[in-house]
Amino acid sequence: MKDYTQDFVELIRRAATDLPADMENSLHEARDREAKGSAAESAFDTLIKNVEMAREKSTPVCQDTGTPIFEVTIPVGIAMRELTGQIRQACAIATEKAYLRPNAVDPLTGKNSGDNTGEDYPTIHFYEGDEQAIKVELLLKGGGCENVSAQYKLPDSKLGAGRDLDGVRRVVLDSVYQAQGKGCAPGVLGVAIGGDRGSSYVKAKQQLLRPLADENENPELAELEDRIMDEANRLGIGPMGFGGETTVLGVKVGTQHRLPACYFVSIAYMCWANRRAQMTINLNTQEVSYA
Amino acid sequence: MHKLTIPISDEAIRALKAGDPVLLSGTIITGRDAAHKFLVENYIKSDSIPAREAELYETLKGLLDGGVIYHCGPVVKKNDEGRWEFVAAGPTTSIREEVYQADVIEHFNLKGVIGKGGMAGRTLKACQEQPAVYLHAIGGAATLIAQSVVEVADVYKLEFGVPEAMWVIHVEDLPLIVTMDSHGNSIHDTVEAQSKEKLAALLG
Repeated sequence: MKDYTQDFVELIRRAATDLPADMENSLHEARDREAKGSAAESAFDTLIKNVEMAREKSTPVCQDTGTPIFEVTIPVGIAMRELTGQIRQACAIATEKAYLRPNAVDPLTGKNSGDNTGEDYPTIHFYEGDEQAIKVELLLKGGGCENVSAQYKLPDSKLGAGRDLDGVRRVVLDSVYQAQGKGCAPGVLGVAIGGDRGSSYVKAKQQLLRPLADENENPELAELEDRIMDEANRLGIGPMGFGGETTVLGVKVGTQHRLPACYFVSIAYMCWANRRAQMTINLNTQEVSYA
Repeated sequence: MHKLTIPISDEAIRALKAGDPVLLSGTIITGRDAAHKFLVENYIKSDSIPAREAELYETLKGLLDGGVIYHCGPVVKKNDEGRWEFVAAGPTTSIREEVYQADVIEHFNLKGVIGKGGMAGRTLKACQEQPAVYLHAIGGAATLIAQSVVEVADVYKLEFGVPEAMWVIHVEDLPLIVTMDSHGNSIHDTVEAQSKEKLAALLG
């Protein structure tokens, strides 16, 4: 198999030093909704200026370059272990080039590996696809917003949340309230309903890869996404928790089958710097494209 | 716009109110989870200061007296001359240091703490007594903030790893907002209380 290490480095550079266009546009729209001269407006001005500067200088949008999460789709016959090796090598090179901060810490010794590789680090998930192409989606998930992510077990009597979509709405709004500005609001909420405790968080994070404009195929879930977005913004937490009109920039809900005994709702809170990037390697032409 | 220069006087701190924008200049130190744990365990809560850490203690006392600590784990690189540079340097979430912060403020006579997301009651009380302020940097604005870092003067405890080390940096006109003042006001408390009421209304 060809060595794609440098292509992966470029994917990481793009994810770390720029924001997807829909995210950047949403910051501009949010800025215009805030009161003139407010701390919220000024915070958005700073965020927008920072993104422009990071792109120009090719330096990280945020110093917490997060956990790199690679979602990789490959056709039959591609060696997963070899590709994994290339991705890990790319993480080390990207760290050397200061696109990534060294972020992999041994939980027992506290020692930072220094190159963003370690035990089960970075996160890589493989899927099999039909096309003769390697498709890679990369999400850089920061630690501050990871700390305010939450998982609820329904029913939740304190929040009056039963095992239905209104119960989901209630716990998601509670998670936004609990997060306040600590996860670098305004956030994007990846929500998963169902699954077990582990699969539920994975599903929630996958929702963060959806473009903001992506409408849920399920009309009930589409309505839920809109309603949570509207109500979360009525909480008035605002950017950085300074108070303001915009507390979340997007809500994306996914589902998976659950055990009869369990009804989990997981909220993967993503900061305003929802750094996602895509790469496609056409295996017939060896052409590499990014989005 | 208030301009603050380190060392900061008590009068300058008392003049600040929650909501005020500030431009900070001078020498500050970064310190987050590992650094705060280290400071408290070795210098504040220990019966005697370990001999191997005594020299660093004197250095830090000098740097922090009337000074400011920044909750930040930067992206750094060495330039062609072999000197460290800050590439990206936004704030990290401050609340994790709540268990340590009041002790560190009091022991080292800190006048300010920079971070994001705000802190809780014990720190707010320490700000009133010291006096000191909590200065909010814009979370994630890492490349922009790094432009205010004009020089990396030194680094201590690099063995904690790049994000957790204590970096001594000269900053010029670092843009910040006072969100917890020395008069007991916290924007974080206000926003939380207001959003709690709104949540209760939405949950009916």
